Amino acid sequence: MNWANAVLHGILLGGLYALLATGLSLMFGVMRIINLAHGSLALLGAYMAFLLVEHAHMSTYLALLPVLPGALVVGYVLQRTLLERSLRAGELVPLLTTFGLLIVIANLLEYAFSPDVHSLPSGRIGGASWRISSHFTLPWFDALILCIAVVVLGGLQLLLRRTQIGRELRATAADPDTAELLGVDARRVYAYATALAVATAALAGVFYAMRSAFDPFTGPTQLIYAFEAVVIGGLGSLWGTLLGGIVLGVAQTVSAQIDVQYFALGGHLVFLAVLIVRTALQAGGLRVLPRGASA
Amino acid sequence: MSLLELEQLDARHGLLQAVRDVSLAVEAGETLALVGANGAGKTTLLRTIAGAHRPSGGRIVFDSRDVTRLSAHERVRLGISLVPEGRRLFPELTVEENLRISAAAGRTGRWTLDEVLETFPLLAPLRHTTAKSLSGGEQQATAIARALLTNPRLLLLDEVSLGLAPIAVEGVYAALRPLFESDATVVLVEQDLSRAPSVATRVVCMLEGRLVLAGAAGELTREQVTDAYFGLARA
Repeated sequence: MNWANAVLHGILLGGLYALLATGLSLMFGVMRIINLAHGSLALLGAYMAFLLVEHAHMSTYLALLPVLPGALVVGYVLQRTLLERSLRAGELVPLLTTFGLLIVIANLLEYAFSPDVHSLPSGRIGGASWRISSHFTLPWFDALILCIAVVVLGGLQLLLRRTQIGRELRATAADPDTAELLGVDARRVYAYATALAVATAALAGVFYAMRSAFDPFTGPTQLIYAFEAVVIGGLGSLWGTLLGGIVLGVAQTVSAQIDVQYFALGGHLVFLAVLIVRTALQAGGLRVLPRGASA
Repeated sequence: MSLLELEQLDARHGLLQAVRDVSLAVEAGETLALVGANGAGKTTLLRTIAGAHRPSGGRIVFDSRDVTRLSAHERVRLGISLVPEGRRLFPELTVEENLRISAAAGRTGRWTLDEVLETFPLLAPLRHTTAKSLSGGEQQATAIARALLTNPRLLLLDEVSLGLAPIAVEGVYAALRPLFESDATVVLVEQDLSRAPSVATRVVCMLEGRLVLAGAAGELTREQVTDAYFGLARA
């Protein structure tokens, strides 16, 4: 692999991170919930698909048809039962609740499926790639994931801009009390947001599981990548999330080009650099302005 | 049968009791002005009627139905709408998007998007402007239009003139006048003691959370209202 090829692969990998990060960004944007169980919910989707592939002998792509509506229901019920109560108890409580959920999901998966490593069949497209030149390859499967990420983000954007439920989501995100005064059932809107978030997580989880091996404890690692993509791209911005995913992916593949074991490290360093620069800019801005104003 | 009945309503902010033992009936079709000094409990009373604030005691009956335990969005669907103090628009949404949120109330009637744009012609060219870039008067017009679009049977207006230039206040009241004169039921909070009786059919005055004076707008003298306003009538 040469450098340019590493960048190309990084961009494609960014699609997977963006898909993973979408739901995280949506839940934070609408409810200010940092869902620590997001990676585990993605994994739960992968295991549901695994169940269908193993026992009903479905293709993984076909398994998405029941898994995605199932994930919508899981998200809706999760919000109405657990997260709604947590939100009422204060800002930090959802963080604890979702942390607990992360552990519960991992242990339930281990109990139900053993700690063995599995992977999902990805069909003919899985290992195929287009060899453009001797140094340049385009893996079809990663390209497919990037396309899906763009379609999902574009679809969400349309939903938020053009539909009544989208307007209600944006209004409730800005000011839930005032939305209520106009007839919006804020708690139901929250449940829709979580349903969408869990469905995108499950979609990302299934594609992740077709690409790499997974076990019941893969969730938290994927959460870190999703979280990094959201922070690099800027909180609450959907296209920013795609950009964040791509920056993270490129950082990882380019670092791996230096030495394979730097793969994850490169991504973490870029994440930290973005965080430091952004905080420095904000802190500097805050410090300079009041002094200037008082002088 | 009154449209709205408050029975011994109490409301608190923590230890502070903002509304004390308020009993009040609002008849269908009347325009009731609620006056009182800062901190008298007017805003809390309106928010409690709208369901944005939980009462600590008493009952709220709307159209013969006990709504005390209903949440704000359920009351909007029955026809109670509040224009909150400070307008509270969704800043990143456009004017039209702000107005379209009201479709969530699921009430149809006289007020449609076209109808409110006709009533507030200043909003028509601003449809696709984000709410945060509007002037105070434009924001207030949007907030009132948004509440009207829920097609309320009872409209609660909280200090629509607050923070507006005098000319903008005139504009808002000029647009509202046909509404006051129609068979709509309106409760409005107004600090301006000379304006309140001119738009309302009845005036009630609050002092330290209690109702201290009520009367037909034409029958109360300015002295009676100011005495109640400052608490001089008790002494």
